[in-house]
Amino acid sequence: MPAVWRTAHGQGAPIRIGTTICKTGALSSTKSTLTGLELWRDDVNKAGGLLGRPVELVTYDDQSAVAQIPSLYSKLVDIDKVDVLISPYGAGLSAPLMPFVKQRDLFMIGMFALAGNDVTRHDKFFHSAPWGPESKTNWARGFFDVAKKNGCSRIAVLSADVEFAKTAAGGAEQIAGEYGMTVVYKQSYPPATNDFSSILRNIKAQTPDAVFVCSYPPDSTALVRGLSEVGIGDSVKLFGGAMVGTQYASLLGSLGPALNGIVSFALYAPEPTMANSEMTAFLSRYEKVAAEQGLDPLGFYIPPFAYVAGQLIAAAVTGAGSLDKAAMAKVLHETEVKTIAGPAKFNDIGDWTERRVLMVQFRDIKGKDVAQFRQAGRQVILDPPSLRSGDLVAPLTKARSS
Amino acid sequence: MILELLANAISTGVLLGCIYAALALGLAVSFGLLHIPNIAHPVFVVTGAFAATVFNAMGFDPLLVSLPLALVFYGAGIAFFEFYSRIYEKRGESDTMQALTLFFGVSLVIETVLVMQFGADQRSTDVDYVGQSLTLGPVVMPYRLLIPALVAPVMVTALWLYLKYTYAGIAIRAVAHDERALSVSGIDPGWIKRHAFGIAAATAAISGAALVIVGPIDPFAGRMQIGRAFAVVILAGMGSIPGTLAAGILIGVTEALVGAFGSPSWAPAVAFTMLLATLAFKPSGLFGAAR
Repeated sequence: MPAVWRTAHGQGAPIRIGTTICKTGALSSTKSTLTGLELWRDDVNKAGGLLGRPVELVTYDDQSAVAQIPSLYSKLVDIDKVDVLISPYGAGLSAPLMPFVKQRDLFMIGMFALAGNDVTRHDKFFHSAPWGPESKTNWARGFFDVAKKNGCSRIAVLSADVEFAKTAAGGAEQIAGEYGMTVVYKQSYPPATNDFSSILRNIKAQTPDAVFVCSYPPDSTALVRGLSEVGIGDSVKLFGGAMVGTQYASLLGSLGPALNGIVSFALYAPEPTMANSEMTAFLSRYEKVAAEQGLDPLGFYIPPFAYVAGQLIAAAVTGAGSLDKAAMAKVLHETEVKTIAGPAKFNDIGDWTERRVLMVQFRDIKGKDVAQFRQAGRQVILDPPSLRSGDLVAPLTKARSS
Repeated sequence: MILELLANAISTGVLLGCIYAALALGLAVSFGLLHIPNIAHPVFVVTGAFAATVFNAMGFDPLLVSLPLALVFYGAGIAFFEFYSRIYEKRGESDTMQALTLFFGVSLVIETVLVMQFGADQRSTDVDYVGQSLTLGPVVMPYRLLIPALVAPVMVTALWLYLKYTYAGIAIRAVAHDERALSVSGIDPGWIKRHAFGIAAATAAISGAALVIVGPIDPFAGRMQIGRAFAVVILAGMGSIPGTLAAGILIGVTEALVGAFGSPSWAPAVAFTMLLATLAFKPSGLFGAAR
């Protein structure tokens, strides 16, 4: 094949980005990842592509099943010949992929794979979400920073009997120890527990200052309802921390005012301290697609960071001037990247050097209209200090009645 | 403090146990009386829960709307049993493993349809009494559990009276004992079984509405219920309808006491520990007749 012809052909071929999406199965509520990626792809192609080549997404449905991951990513790499990989959603699905990525020396962006590269330590892996360094223990440190600032010394730790929650609870105990706090109650419970009245009474009896909760959506709902039904006592200033589900519109809409006073984690909140025109424009475009496709109407949690994944790839490819994986990784290790979620700078294993996991307190929620969560003042950012938009309202009983 | 905790644990256990019984009631009919291992029953319940959320979004009370929905489920149950019967029973190939495979497949199909139709997000109902409680001295009973829990004794009593005092009900009990003898007496066992399976499906509509008041559901919520539902039916004794309520409450109270005074993590093991003990010492179940 003549070299001249081959080069010309290569220049016109699209840059292929491969990933799997949980379109079906238990994690299919995360399929808005694809919308975020598609919006980025459309933007980049409208601007002329990368290196003068269009960008193409190659995606498969992984059915939220770990067993599907190795074969689908082998297919992406060996048959589809993708140039760049994006991990499947979450640490659970990404874990079996990491040895393969390291062995084949591939370039991959992690999608919500919390601490996903801590063991493998691959130098061409970068997180799109700002979990920060040592994220396994530190990602919820903000809760304890708020607790310390508000004079909490007696901590209760409640977690679901699942890997993520147990890890978070272990990290919580460690941080509580560092801060000189006493863990006065520690309990785990089976997944999908729908009544917490006994647990809440036991917590109340220990009169803690703060209750760190690591729960999944159904139990988050039951806990919030349990607070309304049996209460938790006047000693508690801070309740929540790692309550999965409070990031999604479906749970916010169903709980409404019952959320008032709860503190939980988020990656974006529409507060003045986080406002930027790129994020606002992205969410505005996402909302239209979400309405058509029946996705999470708010899209604060996952879609922006799928877009960030695309922005990281664009920065790496453009900065390297080629698809050379080592050069792309070098660019991200050495350069700060401007993203819609703020500037991203990475350490040697691809963690954001600055943890930007928010601790937000729900306030002034009235009724169950999801649209109110787009307004400032509903999810007040307590931590990190650089993005703080208000102070904790305490005790919890006061925050819930206000 | 301990007495207060004990009283509340028992009351919560009774409420949860009633809800377990409501979820297991349809299985008590299809598995306990008809000997059909309908492992898809919890998915039927979840389908009922989704139907309740649809009408609740239009402003209807989930439990009230579940009554007409039960008629729809009854019809669907009859149609489904006809399908099952034609595939397996009429060919004389009614093998338990094949039936389990069929119902497992049905579960997956229904879950997929629910995901396609409603998405995988959690769905719940909006009723005024959720978040409020009834306080009787030291005992606090959340209406979120109390109202759905009332469903079980009502359904159990109604079904028990129906099976005991109506000809169709007696025929259902008869078909469980001796299908051939029933046909000799001039009654079509096929029709009776279709009718019974329809009743089992109808209970799923009502217990589904109860389930979604207790907490949010997603298309895969049935998977969390299946083990406990079978445990209730077997603990009660195959085919014992009042026993279903007693077994549900026994499991609920034990779980609540373990949760309150031990570790909640042990609670799921309670149902199966009790089941193992029952199978060891009284294989016919607590209220089942020896055969």
